[in-house]
Order: sequence, then structure tokens, then C-alpha cells
Amino acid sequence: MSKVDLRVNIAGVELKNPVMTASGTFGSGIEYSEYVDLNRLGAVVTKGVANIPWKGNASPRVAETYGGMLNSVGLQNPGIEEFIKKDIPFLRQYDTKIIVNIAGRTVEDYCSVVERLASEDIDLLELNISCPNVKEGGVCFGTVPSMVEHVTKEVKKFAKQPLIVKLTPNVTDIVEIAKAAEAGGADGISLINTLLGMVIDIHKRKPVLANVVGGLSGPAIKPVAVRMVHQVAKATKLPIIGMGGIMTGEDAIEFIQAGATGVAVGTANFINPRATLDVLEGIENYLNQYGEEKIGDVRGII
Amino acid sequence: MKKKHIVEILLNEEIAPNNYRMVLSAKEIVEEVVAGQFVNVYCNKGELLLPRPISICEVNRESGELTLVYAVVGKGTKVISEMKVGEDLQIIGPLGRGFMILEDEEDEEENQENPVYLEHLIIAGGIGVPPMVELVKNLKGNVTVLLGFRCNPILEDIFKKYGATVHVATEDGSVGLKGNVMDLINQLKPKADMVYSCGPKPMLKAVAQWSKKENIATQISLEERMACGIGACLVCTCKIQKEEETDWENRRVCKDGPVFWRDEVIWDE
Repeated sequence: MSKVDLRVNIAGVELKNPVMTASGTFGSGIEYSEYVDLNRLGAVVTKGVANIPWKGNASPRVAETYGGMLNSVGLQNPGIEEFIKKDIPFLRQYDTKIIVNIAGRTVEDYCSVVERLASEDIDLLELNISCPNVKEGGVCFGTVPSMVEHVTKEVKKFAKQPLIVKLTPNVTDIVEIAKAAEAGGADGISLINTLLGMVIDIHKRKPVLANVVGGLSGPAIKPVAVRMVHQVAKATKLPIIGMGGIMTGEDAIEFIQAGATGVAVGTANFINPRATLDVLEGIENYLNQYGEEKIGDVRGII
Repeated sequence: MKKKHIVEILLNEEIAPNNYRMVLSAKEIVEEVVAGQFVNVYCNKGELLLPRPISICEVNRESGELTLVYAVVGKGTKVISEMKVGEDLQIIGPLGRGFMILEDEEDEEENQENPVYLEHLIIAGGIGVPPMVELVKNLKGNVTVLLGFRCNPILEDIFKKYGATVHVATEDGSVGLKGNVMDLINQLKPKADMVYSCGPKPMLKAVAQWSKKENIATQISLEERMACGIGACLVCTCKIQKEEETDWENRRVCKDGPVFWRDEVIWDE
């Protein structure tokens, strides 16, 4: 088996391979490090962190669905100070890139986290704009193009690392949203976040989730994600991190052919703690099978 | 590096309506097991993605056998109940923080001649009963076990085999006292140095209130819907009192628990 070149470049940062973790499914890698050699990952994308600790939603926070799952964790996180103290030093022990996902309820929240991270030893920022904007009546930042452009532009002013904006798929036109992020100065795009869904327990006659609604993830959403990655890849020049239901190397190759530079593994970690490495090995196998020398040769070919 | 284990199913039989005993050949796992821990069982069936967390009933360190006793409560446990002897099963574990077994006073030098053992009281209901088997095996001193079921008790004889005094209540009155574990408590007025409890939340809450009034230290095993089972995804949280603070925080049942001290647990409603 010949060694293929798996290196990818995302907004000026070189990753040893395109495989990373999807924010919120992997913590900061502490728990999964018992199952996975983090040195082998292209990057670890950490769970969303806000300026102050968030308690998150009430339990139950999870409901299994056909080929997927709903979650309503509600971005429980220890706040940026605790994160900087514990999580960054933990991840720095490993030879992998650190992408910090950022949550906020206001533009100022996002900016304060990004400003705090400016002096920290991390590689990339990922802005989670699927949060409700409390100053705009709880409208999700990521659903209104003008808000996407505004929050991106404001955050960019404080950002010392390249800024990736993570898009929500719960919109009519993903291209319009991606272009708004690009206009705001984004250095890359992640997509897709979870699809809003709901499950009812017909015997108890109430929603399964305490929060009533939650985000759908897993293989059930993969075709939606591949379609959106493809659309955005055609419409912008930004590098894309593709995610949504990636379980295998073949799934990852689909995203890469659709135009993704990086791929993130999320829900699959719950089904197989070693999923990230299985995806990585699957990508290598695919490239070897077709005699490709580097991963870039199959990117965006659709 | 930890990994998913592929283990052989040695037994998978219905022991009461909808309740199954599964015995696995799991040498790599049994060594580390603490009573009250669980394993994640993967259904390995396309659309059923998430592992099922199932409490460990009993382990045999010599034979390497691990026993799970579980109820069929949905599609996943149904699939597991249909697995055949000889088939491979994928599991990870042992997971979570189990029961704390405090040292008995016999360890103190002056008591070598006449050891004084702790008095243990186990209160369990329904599918909260199985993890108590491994606990009973590891407790020294007197163990009293109060078991509550809707109907069809399980595992009563195993507790007796390991030397515990067992009292059973059933809601339909078919076996033992007609009623629940609280009715057993009211009737027996048990005394103890330590209470261990696992079962449905309303039962746990009632046990917690009683044991607090009686001023008995109590360990409570909680249950919540899980995804990863190893502490990363934060879907299985419960409300836990912060130490020396008035505030509470959401902690992980799978990693910080499932066993918590009674006084840490905040009961909603």
C-alpha cells in the first residue's frame, strides 16, 4: 500500500489529514483519548464554549431516531476561563490542530470569547451561529444573512486566528448564508450543524426531549449535508469543513468530492469510539484503491 | 488503549416476562468491574445507532463471565433479547462510577478479635435490582435487601444465596407484601449504617427523604438516557449540588455517576 498525501490546508493552517471531530460530540478529547490516539487526527474541534459557564437544558436531552438522533444539550459548557485553564493544555500535549468552537447569545458574547482566545495557543476558531440572538428576540443568528455578515465582521475584528463560520442548515437558501459569511470576512465555512427536529412519545403523550425540540444528527441527515456542501462549494471560494452523518471513509470521500477540504466526524463517535480513525483509514483505502497520490485530486470533482 | 470488545454470548434467556439474563464471556472486562458500573451494548443493527447502557448484575473473575439482567423497554433491548447463544456482542466497559464500599471496622486493630461489621440496607425497584447483586457479593457484615416490583419478582434467590436477608413487595400482591419498598420500610422499620438504592426516580426520591430523616448515609444510582456513555456528549446529565455552594450544576450520569451521594442529588418536581 503506497502512502498517500493526506495533508490539507484550511485558511492557511496545514492539517496532517482532513479528519477532525464535530464540535459537541467529542468534548475536548479527554474522554475519547482513552480510545483514540489524538495524534492521528487532523484536528480536534472542541465543544462550544461561551464567555461564561452555561448550564444547558434539562434532561432528557437525547432521543434516538431512525438512523439518527436528536440532542438538546443546550451548549452546556464551563465558560472560557475554565476551558483555557484545562482544555487547551490537555490538547497541546498532542500533535493535532486545535479548533475552538465558540457559542454566544449576543454579538458581544462571541467577541469577548474570541478576544480572550487571541493570546492562546490554538489554531483556528469556529463560530457557532446556530445560537439564538437574545437581542433580536431569539432569532437564530445563522438564519438571517444580514446578521450572519454582521456577527462575522464584528468577531473578525478581535480574531487573531483564522475564523471558520459554522452554518445551520435550517434555512431556505444556504448559499445566501454562506455568501453573507464570506462577505463578513470568514476564512472558512463549516457545515452542516444539526437539523431542528422533534420526537413524541405517543404512550406518554409528550415530547421525548425536555426541551421539546432538538438537533437531528447522524447518517439520516447525510444527503442534506452533502447537497449543502456542494452548493456552497460552487458559490464561494472559502475552504469547507463538511459534516453530517459521516460514519465511514466512503462517507467522508463523498463530502470531499462535493467540495469539502476537511471532514468532521460527530454522531459516529457515539456508535464507535474509534470512528474518527476508521474514517481516516477508510479515506486512505479509497485513495489507494483508485491509485490517487493526494487527497486534493478528488476534491470538488462533482 | 481502551476499545470496543467483541464478546461471546453464553446465555440469553427470559427469566420473567420481558426480563432477560445474558451471560457473556468477557475476561478482559470482569477484572476491573466495581458494583454499580455498567457496559454499553451495541445493537449492531443499521438504524439503531446508539449503544444501550446496561448495568452489570454480576461478574465471575475466575470464569471471566459477566452477567447482565435487563428489561426489554424498546427497540434496542428487543434486538438484544433476540441475540443467540454463540453470537458475538460488541460492548465497551466497565463504565461509570459504581458504589463505594467503605471499609468495615474490622480493619481497625483493636477489633481484630471481635470485628464489628457495618449494617447495610439495599433498597431497589424493578430494573434497578440487578446491579445490587454484585454489590451484595462485595459487602461484609449484615445485608438486608428490600426489593419492589410491579409483579414477577426477579433475582430474589440470588440475593439469598449470597447471604442477604431479602424482603419483597409487589404492587399486585402476587409475591410478598402488597405495595412498594416504602411500605416494606414502614413495616420493617430497618436500621442501617449505609443505604444503597437504585430504581425508578419516584422510588429513589422517597428513599432519599426517608434515609435523610433517619440520618443514614445513602448512595443513589441514577438512570438517564445516554449517547456516548463515556462522558463526552453531555446528554445524560442530572442536577447535582455544588460542593460548599448554594448553586447546582449538570453532571454526567455516565461518567460522574451513575452512583451519587444522596445529599448531592437535586430532585425536581
